[in-house]
Amino acid sequence: MSRTVLPVGLSGWCLHLLALSFLWSAPARAEALVADLTSHLIAITTGFSGASVVLFGAIDGPGDVAVVVRGPDREMTVRRKNRIAGIWVNSEEVTFANVPSFYFVSASRPLDEIVPPGAAALYRLGVSSLQIKAESGTPPEIVDRFAAALIETQQRARLFPNSVGKVNFIGERLFRTTIEFPTNVPTGTYLVTVYLVRDKDVVSGQTTPLVVSKVGIDADVFGFAVRQPGLYGVVAVVTAMVAGWLASLPFRSS
Amino acid sequence: MDIYLPIAEVSVDIFVLLGLGGVVGFLTGVFGVGGGFLLTPLLIFIGVPPTVAVASSANQLVGASVSGVLAYWRRGNVDFKMGYVLLAGGLAGSFLGVWIFTLLKQLGQIELTISLSYVLLLGTLGAMMMVESIRTLLRLHRPGATRRKLHQHNWMHGLPLKARFRRSKLYISALLPIGLGFVIGVLSAILGIGGGFILVPAMIYMLGMPTAVVPGTSLLQIIFVAANVTLLQAYTNHTVDAVLALVLLVGGVIGARIGSRFGTRLRGEQLRLLLALMVLAVAAKLAFDLTVRPADPYSIASEKE
Repeated sequence: MSRTVLPVGLSGWCLHLLALSFLWSAPARAEALVADLTSHLIAITTGFSGASVVLFGAIDGPGDVAVVVRGPDREMTVRRKNRIAGIWVNSEEVTFANVPSFYFVSASRPLDEIVPPGAAALYRLGVSSLQIKAESGTPPEIVDRFAAALIETQQRARLFPNSVGKVNFIGERLFRTTIEFPTNVPTGTYLVTVYLVRDKDVVSGQTTPLVVSKVGIDADVFGFAVRQPGLYGVVAVVTAMVAGWLASLPFRSS
Repeated sequence: MDIYLPIAEVSVDIFVLLGLGGVVGFLTGVFGVGGGFLLTPLLIFIGVPPTVAVASSANQLVGASVSGVLAYWRRGNVDFKMGYVLLAGGLAGSFLGVWIFTLLKQLGQIELTISLSYVLLLGTLGAMMMVESIRTLLRLHRPGATRRKLHQHNWMHGLPLKARFRRSKLYISALLPIGLGFVIGVLSAILGIGGGFILVPAMIYMLGMPTAVVPGTSLLQIIFVAANVTLLQAYTNHTVDAVLALVLLVGGVIGARIGSRFGTRLRGEQLRLLLALMVLAVAAKLAFDLTVRPADPYSIASEKE
C-alpha cells in the first residue's frame, strides 16, 4: 500500500467539506453528475419490515460512480467482558464519538480499483475508511481492537455493509444502485453522497438528504411517550388494567 | 407478519410476541407468578433493547395480573387483607430498592448484580421447594402416613400485632407479611420484576398460607408493584412500549385462561414440584450464561446526540 499524498486525520473532515464545496462551486461546466433517489422519506409504520431505495443518475461521460450513505452520528460505548473468578464481567470499555448509526457504500467497480487509499479515507469510502475516533487517552492498540468489534457488531445488525454494493451502469452514462434498509434502521436525517471518479480522482460529487422517520400511530405513540411521560405511564397502566379486566369477562359465561 | 414497536424501535413478528405472551400467561395462570423473570430475557433474545424489555414486561404484568386476580377472586381464592398488608410493606421496600438500584448503577455492574442475585435466589428457593415437594409426595404414597401439621410454631408466632387472616386460615403477626412485602419490594425494584416467584414460595413456607389462596393473593400485590414500576420507567426513562405490552397481553390472556384451569386440576404438591423445576431451570440457565464464554465478548451501547 503506497503512502498517500493527501493528509488525513484531524483535518480530514475540513478537507472533505472543502473538496465538496469546490466540486459544488463549479457548475459552470455542464453538470458532470446528476443523481436522485426514488424516495426521500422512509416512513416507518406499524408494518415496517425494512425498505429499499433506488438511487439513479447520469454522468456526462465515461467514469466510475461511488455512493456513500451515512445515518446520523451517535456516541457509542463498546464494552468487553472478561473472565473474573469464573464469571464473565464487563470490565473494559471504550467510547467512540461520531459513529454513523448507519453506513452503506456501493461502487461501480471495487473501491481499490477506482480510488487510491488516500481519497478513500478522505471521502469515507468503505468501512475501513470510517476513521472512528475514541475518546483521547486510550492506547491505539486497544482503540483498534474495540473499533473492529464495533464494526463487526454493526455489520451483524446489518447497519454496516459486509461488502461494497454494486452500482450498475445502463450504457455508459446512466447508473443505478439499490440501498437496503433493515427493520432496525435508526431514525434521523441521512446523507446520500454520490461521487464521480475519473482516473483515480474524484471529479464531482452530489449530496442528497434522506429522512428516516416514524409516521402515523407509531410516531404519535413515540411523541406522547417522550413529551408527556407521566400521562403516558398512567395511560399505559390503565390500558393494561382494562385489557386484563376485559379479558377475564368471558369467564363468567363459561 | 411483522409489527413495528414504536418505543423499542424494532420490527418483530407478531406471532412470536403472541406466543411469548401465551407461554408467560400460562405460567401466570398455573403458578400465580408473573413470569417477568422469564419474559424479560426472552424479549431481549428476540431483539428488544433490555431497558425497553424490562419496562414493557412490567406494563404487561399489570394487565395479566388483573385478569388473574379476577379469575381467582371468582373462586374465592384471594386473601385481600393479606394482599394489602403485603402491599404496604412492598411499597415501602420499593423506595429503598430504587435507592439501592441507583447506587449500584453508579458503581457499575448492575447487570452482573442482577444475574448473580437471580442465580442465588432462584437456586436456593428452587432447591428448597423441590426437596419439600418430593418429600410430601413420597409421604402421600405411603399408607398410614400421618398428616403433616398445618404449620410449625416457632419464634415468628411470638411477635406482636397479631391479626386474623380468615381466608388464609391464619392468626399471625401482621409484622410477618409486612416484612415479607418489604423484602419483595426491595428485590423487585432491584431485579425489575413483580417478585411473584419469590413471593409464592415465601407465602407457602414462611407464612404457612394454604396453596390455593397463594396465587391470587400474590397476583394482587403484583398488580400494584408492576403498575408502580411501569409509571416510574415511563416517567424517568421513556422505555415503556405500550404497543409491545398490549400484544403480549393478548397472548398472555389466552395463556392465563388455559393456565388457571390447568392449575386448579393439579394437586398442590405437584404444582410445587413443577414450580421448583422451572425455577431451578432458570437459575441453571443464568448460572450457565455467567460462566460460559460469551459468543461475543463485546457489547455496544449507543446514545443519541
